[in-house]
Amino acid sequence: MSSLFTIFQASLPYLMDGFQITIQIWAISIVLGVALGLVTCLLKLSPFRPLRAVAWVYIWIIRGTPMLVQAMVVYFGVPQVTGLRLTPFTAGVITLSLNAGAYLSEIFRSGIQAVPKGQSEAARSLGLGAGRTMVKIVLPQAFKIAIPPMVNQFIITLKDTSILTVIALPEIMNEAQQYVMIRWEYFQTYVLVGLYFLAATSLLMVLANYVEKKISYDRKGNRS
Amino acid sequence: MTEKVIVHDLKKNFHHLEVLKGIDLTVHEGEVVCIIGPSGGGKSTFLRCINRLEEPTGGEITVDGYTITDPKVNINKVRQNIGMVFQSFNLFAHLTVKKNIMLAPVDLKLMSKEEAEQKALELLRRVGLEEKADAYPHQLSGGQQQRVAIARALAMNPDVMLFDEPTSALDPEMVGEVLNVMKELAEGGMTMIVVTHEMGFARDAADRVILMADGVIAEEGTPEQIFEHPQVKRTQDFLSAVL
Repeated sequence: MSSLFTIFQASLPYLMDGFQITIQIWAISIVLGVALGLVTCLLKLSPFRPLRAVAWVYIWIIRGTPMLVQAMVVYFGVPQVTGLRLTPFTAGVITLSLNAGAYLSEIFRSGIQAVPKGQSEAARSLGLGAGRTMVKIVLPQAFKIAIPPMVNQFIITLKDTSILTVIALPEIMNEAQQYVMIRWEYFQTYVLVGLYFLAATSLLMVLANYVEKKISYDRKGNRS
Repeated sequence: MTEKVIVHDLKKNFHHLEVLKGIDLTVHEGEVVCIIGPSGGGKSTFLRCINRLEEPTGGEITVDGYTITDPKVNINKVRQNIGMVFQSFNLFAHLTVKKNIMLAPVDLKLMSKEEAEQKALELLRRVGLEEKADAYPHQLSGGQQQRVAIARALAMNPDVMLFDEPTSALDPEMVGEVLNVMKELAEGGMTMIVVTHEMGFARDAADRVILMADGVIAEEGTPEQIFEHPQVKRTQDFLSAVL
């Protein structure tokens, strides 16, 4: 049995290529997912019933079905019906961001609702409109509350990229599957794939810790 | 004297609960009106209707000549002239003391950043907290937070100030510092409506005291009339319970 390090070197061209795709599709999907989540969350908090209904249906479907199924529908199903051919990468971005957006919208909503009502009342009493109150007072505080669950979702989305191997996206899992066909070293190869993910998620956790410390306003020194 | 706040037949229901059952009140410029009375009597709801933090169910409220109960009125514009101080301070937790005070004037484009900063420091000096300009709210005591909240409201140069039990959430030893700031404000000619349980403050600083109970004004008069010679049984009962 070859050592993990030998396999690491031998598989590097494959796995590194795949890992780059993994990170790319993850980063794009996170950005789109955050935007989508924010919009959905505002729809869900809107006083207009039809807007709330749109958000509700979206979250209901995405949360209620497996991402594997969603990826299949987007990549194989949609082109068959519409004639519009999607690359695995595009289909992957759509699936991942739809998915992250649905979960993030609920994370944002709980963050917004966790900001004490007195905060927005104070802003409104000074003459700020509802929109400005949201932007200047509620969202900054909601964001801070939402960081830990947001990071959680970012990590989940990163790991979920591996599901996209089923639509032939050449991400790290897909590359690993090709590599083991040549070398037959299942144990080392898949452990390595796990280590790549572990490295990325560890980095993410360190980064998140830093951001959380950086923007915390209630731990800067003690009561004086 | 100009009439600053005119309330006519104000009614407020929460579902089937009648909280305000027809309130009439006129407050003149420079007048200090203290509202006292038992909990659940509708004092805070009444105050919150004046800047429409609560939507009145019926009646009419005019502040500074604007009928705020008119759905067409620009309520945000009118609120700029009505300062409010809350029981729980409600300082913006993510902003420093100075930025708490600067936020509204700058965001509403009433002052430049420099003007607002100068104004903030001036107001902080007035409430004795200049050295706390860069502190965050959680670093201050309750009394200090409430003084900042008063400064924040004053930064908008309001014509009327509403106080909703401003000392009820404070430790006893911090009540005085907040009341002193309010007294100075009253002496400076500010029109004030104060919901309070501080009978001493009502007696010293108020031009008029109102006893509100069960959604109506049970009795009103000068502090002397209310505290020395209450006419209504509801007032007598309340005062004998709290004094």
